Amino acid sequence: MQVLLTSQQLAESTNQLANALHARHKNLSDVVFAGIQQGGAVLGANIVAELQKLNPSQKVQYGQLDITFYRDDIRKEILAPDTMNMPFNIEGKTVVLIDDVLFTGRTIKAALDTLLDYGRPAKVELCVLIDRKEHRQFPIQADYIGKTIVTDKTDKVKLVNGEVVLI
Amino acid sequence: MQLSTRHLLGIKNLSKEDISLILSTAEQFKEVLQRPVKKVPSLRDVTIVNLFYENSTRTRFSFELAEKRLSADTINFAASTSSAAKGETLLDTVNNILSMKVDMVVMRHSASGAPHFLAQHIPAAVINAGDGINEHPTQGLLDAFSIKEKTGKLEGNKVAIIGDIMHSRVAQSNIFLLKKMGAEVTVCGPPTLIPKYISEALGVNVSYNLKETLEWCDVANVLRIQLERQNQVLFSSLREYSIAYGINRSLLDSLHKEIVIMHPGPINRGVELDSDVADSKQSIILQQVENGVAVRMAVLYLLSGRNNA
Repeated sequence: MQVLLTSQQLAESTNQLANALHARHKNLSDVVFAGIQQGGAVLGANIVAELQKLNPSQKVQYGQLDITFYRDDIRKEILAPDTMNMPFNIEGKTVVLIDDVLFTGRTIKAALDTLLDYGRPAKVELCVLIDRKEHRQFPIQADYIGKTIVTDKTDKVKLVNGEVVLI
Repeated sequence: MQLSTRHLLGIKNLSKEDISLILSTAEQFKEVLQRPVKKVPSLRDVTIVNLFYENSTRTRFSFELAEKRLSADTINFAASTSSAAKGETLLDTVNNILSMKVDMVVMRHSASGAPHFLAQHIPAAVINAGDGINEHPTQGLLDAFSIKEKTGKLEGNKVAIIGDIMHSRVAQSNIFLLKKMGAEVTVCGPPTLIPKYISEALGVNVSYNLKETLEWCDVANVLRIQLERQNQVLFSSLREYSIAYGINRSLLDSLHKEIVIMHPGPINRGVELDSDVADSKQSIILQQVENGVAVRMAVLYLLSGRNNA
């Protein structure tokens, strides 16, 4: 087991991502944020809390996206769904998807399918903590990246006890 | 997490965990039904036959809508317009349908145990949509979902089931489910419509007094008096039944609390329920129908994966 980000570095990365989002989205009236269940929803909550501090005059709109019903491997295993919470209209808005790890790109593909059933956003951006760039199976890349790492395909990247580790 | 069964034949053989999984999954499907696009692609590659050997409007529409909202392909079979009318056996009919590559069977049948028989002989997943006087598991699940949604819990709730308990598969599925989840159940109706040993067999209270039962309960699930049973001398007339066991406004207003009114439909207005009760804000009858689609989506979704496993 190798530590990729200590809890201190994790907090720094979260702040960096919040700052990068703040730099590009000064006006939050047309932007909503959606964390992908489960890891992305936890990270998203932290990023959004930081973003709210950087921009206290405007309310950050944040929801959680569950992609269970849209997974392309659904026939292999039936999974119990997580909570879906999209308490805003995304029609014509910029939606920032937030996930912890970008790996094959299949989760993001499913997240895009899910999102489009809620309306037609003007633009979708992607924010991830960890990018495992060389394993992509779909033409998908992130707009905001905490850290890019080189891994084997069989490796697992997980959040354990507040640290990001490679197993 | 997965269900412990690959068919839904009744509540009787489900575990508490199975029931909780179905109800929590149904909550997520209820959210799907509030979206601009009320549909998910989960069962895009699944074909389902709705096999109705007995008439049904609500249950058949509810299943069909649930299947369509899951993106499954559906075919409908009504016994009255099919080869069953020419004398084909149940198993022959189903095997012929399955040879056209059908993955799941939703069946209603007038014979108790018909879906259990089917489940033993075919490879497809079988979902019981009501069999004779045995069980109607998805109705039991949607009633439980509606009670939980309205009162916030199942455990510790006092639920009265009122009417023809003897012939009711809805009552039986409700009793199994509510008891498993820790609710208290009282069945109430004329002695001729309540099985003699039900208290010992199923662990429910029995009452022949409607007012006392309503004073006791938090939720009253009122069953339909099956008009076709009038000629079986189980009660003397609909009018008399209505006087002794019909729920009207003045009776509800005389209680010392506000109870929740449920009915699986179709209602005989003026017999078991008066209109000013059925249409009041205490009634969750239409929410039951709405929840039925979400609950059936959950059942179909959770049972859809086992064939290829």
